Amino acid sequence: MAALQRALGRNSAYLLVGPAALWLGIFFVIPMISLLTTSLSDPAGSPIYGYSMTWRFENYVDVVADYWPYLVRSFVYAGIATVLCLILGYTLAYAIAFKAGRFKTLMLVLVVAPFFTSFLVRTLSWKLILADNGWLVETLKTLHLMPEDGRLLATPIAVVAGLTYNFLPFMILPLYASLEKIDPKLNEAAADLYANPFKRFWNVVWPLSLPGVVGGTLLTFIPASGDYINASLLGNPNTQMVGNRIQSLFTTGSDYPHAAALSVILMVLIVVMVMVYVRRAGTEDLL
Amino acid sequence: MSLADGRTRDLRLAGLHKQYPNGFAAVQSLDLEIPQGSFFALLGPSGCGKTTTLRMVAGLEVPTAGTIHIGDQDITHEKPYKRPVNTVFQNYALFPHLTIAENVEFGPRRRGEKDVSAQAKEILELTELTEQASKKPAQLSGGQQQRVALARALINRPEVLLLDEPLGALDLKLRRAMQIELKRIQEEVGLTFVHVTHDQEEAMTMADTVAVMNLGVIEQMGTPYELYTNPRTTFVANFLGRSNLIKGTVLGREGSGADAVVKVDMHGTVVTISAARVHTESSEGWVGIRPEKVLIQPEGTPIDAPGDHFSGAVVTGSSYIGVSTEYELLMPWGQEITCFEQNTGRRGGLVPVGTRVDVSWRPEFAFLLDSSQDAEAGIQET
Repeated sequence: MAALQRALGRNSAYLLVGPAALWLGIFFVIPMISLLTTSLSDPAGSPIYGYSMTWRFENYVDVVADYWPYLVRSFVYAGIATVLCLILGYTLAYAIAFKAGRFKTLMLVLVVAPFFTSFLVRTLSWKLILADNGWLVETLKTLHLMPEDGRLLATPIAVVAGLTYNFLPFMILPLYASLEKIDPKLNEAAADLYANPFKRFWNVVWPLSLPGVVGGTLLTFIPASGDYINASLLGNPNTQMVGNRIQSLFTTGSDYPHAAALSVILMVLIVVMVMVYVRRAGTEDLL
Repeated sequence: MSLADGRTRDLRLAGLHKQYPNGFAAVQSLDLEIPQGSFFALLGPSGCGKTTTLRMVAGLEVPTAGTIHIGDQDITHEKPYKRPVNTVFQNYALFPHLTIAENVEFGPRRRGEKDVSAQAKEILELTELTEQASKKPAQLSGGQQQRVALARALINRPEVLLLDEPLGALDLKLRRAMQIELKRIQEEVGLTFVHVTHDQEEAMTMADTVAVMNLGVIEQMGTPYELYTNPRTTFVANFLGRSNLIKGTVLGREGSGADAVVKVDMHGTVVTISAARVHTESSEGWVGIRPEKVLIQPEGTPIDAPGDHFSGAVVTGSSYIGVSTEYELLMPWGQEITCFEQNTGRRGGLVPVGTRVDVSWRPEFAFLLDSSQDAEAGIQET
């Protein structure tokens, strides 16, 4: 590293930051500006002939008025999926970090294994699993755990289950990273200092794992809020999320200005929620 | 030791045994009685079972067999958080997310005690940490962290305080200072301290009673003075300070009672050893003498001490340490022994290497150990 610094001279910092800055400049800042201008353009144009930028803030008013239920649904589904991921992910990450012993690496590989298959294919296979004449539904009906006319596919449950499944690894990995760092001696020290297992968890393990909890919930909640694959493959027209609206405005509707305005609103809402959340969790230093 | 009303809270370990699932027996039928209010040290090399013993007392390890009592209370299988025992961990194990005050208050708060802050204030004063109260452990020096670990345990007024190599992470100077500090605090609070260490000097300067452990058993137990002056095994003789061990043949026993002595033929010279210092029944033994008890004088000049004399030794090496000089002497029978000489200035210089010297020591300083034991046992590589 020192050798590299010498070679690059006193401008080393700029040179090191350069490539990433260039990349982000081209693929983030420019599209962002394009998105913002499109969101303020007159929808009278078309994708082929272009839109004229007229500072048309009514686009925002229109999309909020038309699509607010989709925004609410997105955040509710993403919120439920995040909580489910936290519960499932925390227990699993805890087990991997403290109980897995020599199976630790294997278990971590298994957590990441789904990434070797495409997101789309995995979600499609959920469609098969949850299908009305699939083995799962048949079994549940046989066991009378489900009414005869009940179904799983094309329900909110399926959408939330899909979201939970797809984003679970993003919860587990940061949680594991933070739990694994906790010195087991601290647990012993707490036991020595009159803390029963519950108090040990609450006073030592949980606070020390908070960075992982915050990191994991953000990595789950943010992409889940904007997701449309799960809702479109596993849901029905009444379970559509804001991502589905944006997608159809862009594609079938060819209404770029409204689609862009809805995207910006989604983004702003997520940023605001994340900031409030991180501040409340007392982990600002993560941002 | 025990009072008539049975209120003593001595720590008693009886037949304590710990075998790990891999078959390794860390502690083997250990019996110990540690009087209430004493400063007790468990001394031994790493892997001797001292830490395992401590962890069993703390409840962090379950004994395979045996019992642990405090007074009449059996705590062998009590959960760690229900024992009147606290531990100062080797690397302190301070809670990194809590302030010093919160670390110290951890125990009392978990027990749901009242006026915890007042107690914490008091203990922080005792350990001179008042100014650090609102800092996090990472902001403190090693010595300060050590004191936090101590304060965090002491605030609970445990019946027994366990210290697992508490000074091991400190540099030499700080370690010496903390030894005195710990001793002062122990005398002030009057709790039973059980201190685990591999540092013989630390054990000897601090503890009232020292138990020397090796391979899962206690080799010898006593005051530092007893252990040093009258070791019973070659391990203790070598682990606690250093010893010269010289092969000898037992000729016989003379006298009786306190005056009883054993005559030993040591390469042609007959030495007498007090029966109280003889720890073998066999006809052969190791005659032990501490290096600082060995006196030398260049051949031809009178040696001014009564005792067992040997002539014909040669100085083969010397290292000057300032306060003293360490000489290596080749004895006529071909064995090298060590002599520490105080640099009183009386000699007016060092004895040059190659000088032929007479060697002597007072017979009352010698001890006799079992010849079946390894003369190299307990020698520390440094």
